[in-house]
Amino acid sequence: MSTTAMPITEIAPQRSWYKRNEIAVTPWLFLAPGVLFFLFYVIFPIFQSFNLSLYRWDGLGEAQFVGLANYQELSTDRAFETSLWNNLKWLILYLLAIPAGLFIALFLNQTVTGIRLYKSLFFFPFVISQIVVGLVFTWFYDPTFGLLNVMLGWVGLGPINVLGDPTLVTYGIIAAGLWPQTAYCMILYLTGLNAVDPEQIEAGRLDGAKGWKMLWYIIIPQLKPATFIAFVVTIIGALRSFDLISIMTNGGPFGSSRVLSFYMFEKALSEYGFRMGYGAAIAVVLFLIMLFFIAYFLWSMFQEERAR
Amino acid sequence: MFPTPIEKTPRAWQLTYQSLLPLALLMWLLPLLAVALFSVKPEADFVGGGYWSLPSYFAGFENYGRVFFDSDMPRYLMNSVLITIPTVIGCVILSSMTGFALGIYKFKSNIWIFFMFVAGNFVPFQILMVPVRDLTLDLGLYNTKTGLVLFHIAFQTGFCTLFMRNFIRALPFPLIEAARVEGVSEWRIFWYVVLPLMKPAIAAMSVLIFTFIWNDYFWAVVLTQGAESQPVTAGITSFNAQYRAAYHLMSAGSIVAALPPVAMFFLMQKHFIAGLTLGAVK
Repeated sequence: MSTTAMPITEIAPQRSWYKRNEIAVTPWLFLAPGVLFFLFYVIFPIFQSFNLSLYRWDGLGEAQFVGLANYQELSTDRAFETSLWNNLKWLILYLLAIPAGLFIALFLNQTVTGIRLYKSLFFFPFVISQIVVGLVFTWFYDPTFGLLNVMLGWVGLGPINVLGDPTLVTYGIIAAGLWPQTAYCMILYLTGLNAVDPEQIEAGRLDGAKGWKMLWYIIIPQLKPATFIAFVVTIIGALRSFDLISIMTNGGPFGSSRVLSFYMFEKALSEYGFRMGYGAAIAVVLFLIMLFFIAYFLWSMFQEERAR
Repeated sequence: MFPTPIEKTPRAWQLTYQSLLPLALLMWLLPLLAVALFSVKPEADFVGGGYWSLPSYFAGFENYGRVFFDSDMPRYLMNSVLITIPTVIGCVILSSMTGFALGIYKFKSNIWIFFMFVAGNFVPFQILMVPVRDLTLDLGLYNTKTGLVLFHIAFQTGFCTLFMRNFIRALPFPLIEAARVEGVSEWRIFWYVVLPLMKPAIAAMSVLIFTFIWNDYFWAVVLTQGAESQPVTAGITSFNAQYRAAYHLMSAGSIVAALPPVAMFFLMQKHFIAGLTLGAVK
């Protein structure tokens, strides 16, 4: 690259500065609009939130510096504790989407007539807005007419009000969230399965591996890239859960289905008064939890970049 | 191929599999089918308590007609279109440029800028909420579609850059070197060499972004209010408040709101899946 550029500059010193430095300058020209936009709307606000979490501010008047008081308040806030626990439940249970997605992908990885349509229809829930998913599941759980209770009735079990029960509500919402998330993991694994090396399978068969052993020792290792992406999107999805909670229970009953992302929104923008600083402090905690995962994701990507 | 191809299994399992498939699908989509059923039932059916009976008559036209002519739904839909399309266009423009810069050129801070985009893309929305809302207020864009579009473009640029850059990395680099030797200027290389090759990536990304933005709810609630600028995801909640317990109308409304991304998915299925699964195979 440089060997071709050098002689040109030597024999043509009259060329413009831009021409001479074209290769060095061009990437910055191309990057400028995107980077500036991103800094302006995404990167700076992160730092502003950190800063804001040290203030007491109602969003209108003058912000008042209170140091770490917001964080101190968090440590004794029962609602915050509930939200944190619920976030943990989301994180762990949401990961079930990965094995579930793999299971469905294995079930559908065949070449019978119409299988393409089946695959698309199984993927369907992911395309639908979470708002609609939330509505659909709210009705599914409804104690008076919901399908869930109709089905429970068939086996002689009494009606349960999933969304009205403080101990069940979070699990109910997670189950609703698992529906589209499983579909997503399924499509990742279907693509992954397509690329599995047939020769290795044949070799495995000759060695007498089949069923579970084949799956565990030969298939799953080859699905590693798909598993990584499934893991990334599922973790992010779990920590971003907001839409479903907002539409299904609005945090209730008695705030028992709140998670950090929802509680933060409630504190900062609810009708009970705007507590921007306190909301920002909650967001910072959520961000720090996420940062742990982001660091891991970036580290994995970095390793991969270096391997190229 | 794993599991064992169905043709090579015993006849009994073949038959079981063939009958299991539609059954499994039915179970999987059951909640959705219920909503579809609700949306074509007349109001009288619900009053009588017959939630799960077959519709006493087909009231689809009536219900959907009311959604379209008797509510704010068309306005919300229009808002969604006016928010989603400019966002997609903006993202394509910005990220094909950033993707080009990060995919083709080697310079010191390349990987760090790339990681900034990736990391920013993973960030929880809530940490941006207060500052972005403030910024939008200061710009006088609160409760406008423009305010929402600008933020969406900026945020999605993170994901799109990741997408474009990885795609461009996989292009044959000698092509660009050959163009340079010919003395083609850098922006011409972008326009005439790289951009045409990026068409499949742009298509895949556009469908994905369309779906993400159409389905966005959080930012719609944070940055807009009211029927003049809110998209359909936020609109559906006020629609529901208006028709509380009118299950036939709520179902029809939900289906209308969910339809555009679904249509997009079925029309552009190949691109959609290619986009979603980028990186799922080596």
